[in-house]
Amino acid sequence: MNNADIAWMLVSTALVLLMTPALAFFYGGLVRSKNALNTMMMSFVALGPVAVVWALLGYSLAFAPGNAVVGSLNYAGLRGVGLEAQGAIPHLLFMCFQGTFAIITPALISGAVVERMRFNAYLAFITLWVLVVYAPVAHWVWGGGFLASMGALDFAGGAVVHVNAASAALVAALVVGPRKDYGRHAILPHNVPFAMLGAGSALSAGTTAALAFANTLLAPAAGYISPASAIAMGAIGAFPSYFALIYRAKTKLDDSLDVVAAHGLVGGHPGQVLTQMASVVIVLAYSGGMTFVLLKVLSLVMPLRIGDRHEGLGLDVTDHGEEAYTHGDGAILVKPKQSAIAHAAVDVVAVQDGGQL
Amino acid sequence: MKLIVAIVRPEKLSDVLEALFHADVRGLTISRVQGHGGEIEHVENYRGTSVKMALAEKVRIEIGVSNHFVQPTVDIILSAARTGEVGDGKIMVLPIEKIYRIRTGESDQDAVTPVPPVE
Repeated sequence: MNNADIAWMLVSTALVLLMTPALAFFYGGLVRSKNALNTMMMSFVALGPVAVVWALLGYSLAFAPGNAVVGSLNYAGLRGVGLEAQGAIPHLLFMCFQGTFAIITPALISGAVVERMRFNAYLAFITLWVLVVYAPVAHWVWGGGFLASMGALDFAGGAVVHVNAASAALVAALVVGPRKDYGRHAILPHNVPFAMLGAGSALSAGTTAALAFANTLLAPAAGYISPASAIAMGAIGAFPSYFALIYRAKTKLDDSLDVVAAHGLVGGHPGQVLTQMASVVIVLAYSGGMTFVLLKVLSLVMPLRIGDRHEGLGLDVTDHGEEAYTHGDGAILVKPKQSAIAHAAVDVVAVQDGGQL
Repeated sequence: MKLIVAIVRPEKLSDVLEALFHADVRGLTISRVQGHGGEIEHVENYRGTSVKMALAEKVRIEIGVSNHFVQPTVDIILSAARTGEVGDGKIMVLPIEKIYRIRTGESDQDAVTPVPPVE
């Protein structure tokens, strides 16, 4: 281990971690104002439970030495994951770096189900999804599983993050169903500058970190293509995504924020060698299939989507009891002792003009 | 001719507009307003403080209509804006003394009768 590698990976980890709040702004700006908080929270919240289950179990399933399909429980609860070297960096840092990808991936899926999926159901879904889908797929590609043995390469999560999330997003959009207004009324983004801010930060943080990953851990691979070919690949790679987006808008599929078009057709790099194609297809099938099963099982325990009336009101009020853009005019302070009987409160004080009593 | 003022739920606005346009009621103005219509206030929480939102978001629609359009317009709003819960809103029909269409200078009935959009 040398300090330069460690410092660089610390920076990269922070950058990938920042992609999640950036995604929150991207998605949050793209929805209607009545769903802004809920949508942003769907991304942010992945930093909580997903990080916890990743440390408790997910990391072990992905990266502890196991069989070709899944890792063992040797690292469960981060047992034995300390400051000793794992490759060129401390094991704990490697776990954190991997954790940031485990966090952003389920957050990406949320874009396909915004504005109608219940927050509780979503929370349960992503927590389980990380363990059941993400961890095994990460093991196959990065943790010494069968795709790694086949020779599939994945520098920055093309299969593990993007194809994985896109497939799950497609299935989730189908299972949860379209928004009630989809295809009937125009549904416009409520804050395009937010979307711009989020997309810009997520992309720049992502590409920098991807570069870091390639340079630090897979130095030989980074030399495969020249900057000029990279520019050409970037230019060509955007086309499938663009046409998928145009086509999707004409279908009944309400992948609300076009997760599939953005990640399924760019991250996948269709047209690479056969091994890459195979790994993409396998990840597509597994992720899609398991997402379907998870959502169907969850729907037996709790409803996946809110009712039409609540959908009309927006999830900010119905699922969170807060609004993104409230004036506070006419809001009545509920005194603490009366909270329990808020609806029957008699002695109330009107709060007007920014909270002045 | 009458001025129809309707207060409706914001989430029903798209339905109301769609129904009105289908019935050729084209000239209208909307504004976002807040009001209280006897519905139970919902409670929100901000930084540990619970507040009852006494004023609910509503949309006010104002439509100047010629006489034979009054009842159809009212009926359309009645059916399109209704959810059956308290807080669906009100429709008020008011008399008008004079109306002018600014573009042509036409007045009264001529000024509020729907005209085909100018190409």
